[in-house]
Amino acid sequence: MESLYLLIPLSVLLVGGILWLLWWAVGSGQFDDLEGPGHRILMDDDRPVPAPPPDDLR
Amino acid sequence: MGDGVMQETYNYKVVRQFAVMAVVWGIVGMAMGVFIAAQLVWPDMTYGIEWLSYGRLRPLHTNAVIFAFGGCALFATSYYVVQRTCHARLFNDGLAAFTFWGWQAVIVAAAISLPMGYTSGKEYAELEWPIDILIAVVWVCYALTFFGTVIKRKTPHIYVANWFFGAFILTVALLHIVNSMAMPAGPFKSYSAYAGVQDAMIQWWYGHNAVGFFLTAGFLGMMYYFVPKQTNRPVYSYRLSVVHFWGLIFTYMWAGPHHLHYTALPDWTQSLGMVFSLILLAPSWGGMVNGIMTLSGAWDKLRTDPILKFLVTSLSFYGMSTFEGPMMAIKSVNALSHYTDWTVGHVHSGALGWVAMVSIGSLYYLIPRMFGRQEMWSVRLINVHFWLATLGVVLYIAAMWVAGVSEGLMWRATNPDGTLTYSFAEAVKATYPFLFIRFLGGLLYVSGMLLMAYNVYRTATARDARVYNDAPIPAAALAHA
Repeated sequence: MESLYLLIPLSVLLVGGILWLLWWAVGSGQFDDLEGPGHRILMDDDRPVPAPPPDDLR
Repeated sequence: MGDGVMQETYNYKVVRQFAVMAVVWGIVGMAMGVFIAAQLVWPDMTYGIEWLSYGRLRPLHTNAVIFAFGGCALFATSYYVVQRTCHARLFNDGLAAFTFWGWQAVIVAAAISLPMGYTSGKEYAELEWPIDILIAVVWVCYALTFFGTVIKRKTPHIYVANWFFGAFILTVALLHIVNSMAMPAGPFKSYSAYAGVQDAMIQWWYGHNAVGFFLTAGFLGMMYYFVPKQTNRPVYSYRLSVVHFWGLIFTYMWAGPHHLHYTALPDWTQSLGMVFSLILLAPSWGGMVNGIMTLSGAWDKLRTDPILKFLVTSLSFYGMSTFEGPMMAIKSVNALSHYTDWTVGHVHSGALGWVAMVSIGSLYYLIPRMFGRQEMWSVRLINVHFWLATLGVVLYIAAMWVAGVSEGLMWRATNPDGTLTYSFAEAVKATYPFLFIRFLGGLLYVSGMLLMAYNVYRTATARDARVYNDAPIPAAALAHA
């Protein structure tokens, strides 16, 4: 099963990379607040500004 | 804001382009599915014309729905979500535009080359090497655009949806590059770098992780943004969403061998694939519960809001298919289900029920915003679309369950003297009525998509519709950051 010689090291590298990312994320305070971010996306009002009435109705 | 100060804006142009094309390719891909479903009911339908043959059109169907429809929906939503949650314009407009035109070129090349019979023969990776290279280039530009935007964000926190989108983008790049390694033997022909069972292992490492990262992680990113936004409530547990993310990406990679049970693959590799598939139930259901519970206290909205109906039903199908999948990965169950229509039913419960419904819900949220409107031209029509789609999926998967289990049981039935009870043709005959019901289910689903296209057309051409290429970033968002 030579293909496993490629896939297993690749997985190990990947897990290493993911661990590093997790380490970085925890260390840089990404997960210090696990309540606020859920609310914050709701504060971003993404409804478009109502269009001005068409010229002929003005 | 004074006139002298340049108003900062979001890039809505590329989001709109991808969103509209997702609807167009959705219709094309699903209609292709209905066409080949009809071929299974009426095999002589296309008079033996080779470029209309099932073997050539089936990969066109799968590529069109996964990469054209699903891909465009993912590009549109990820570009929208990353901008809105990072309070920053896309990193580079030129790169973003290139990903749009490049991706459309890939799709058109697939639509031409597959019916002509050019294929590398690898499931869900059939496109020949020149197209594969174009995919890789577009994908790298996608990664640059996405992560460039995350890096220039104006908010300290990276919202959970972006983690899912990011994991999807990086993993798909890796999967595509490893699996598509090939030696060209002419402009339209290549040989895989791997042979025999090695090739099978790489292929299903790719194949199942494509399901996991293209068809799951990316769409979970969609779910974690659009379900809270449409409900106007924060996700049920943000903490759980973070655990969901890390749980999923740490455990996903080794489920692939369950596609190769009882083959030349070593037994221990098969068992490993089965165990990892069973483990996946935990993070999957964590995410499903998290999405559905976001509605707690707002269940009444389900009665009136067809967009939420799409989103919540998609989560129910996500839960169903992520339960069914691990069960089918158990070797003894797989002995019955493998190579039968049950597998086809399972895939479509995930594809039509989860992937397409969460995309459709998100697109109905996104499209009016792309045309400066509060909502779609007709909300009633969204509701009709919802019921057509739901009825279509239910007919489809129920028919495939019955057909698949019948096939499995008939193939393994033996007489007391050890001979087979049924010939293969008898099992084919038993599935015949269910193949027709499946065709009807698909027809319902694609007719819902046609209603959607009409609704999008009317929304885009409404009197008060305005095309935004650059939408202002609210000053509040910038001040907040």
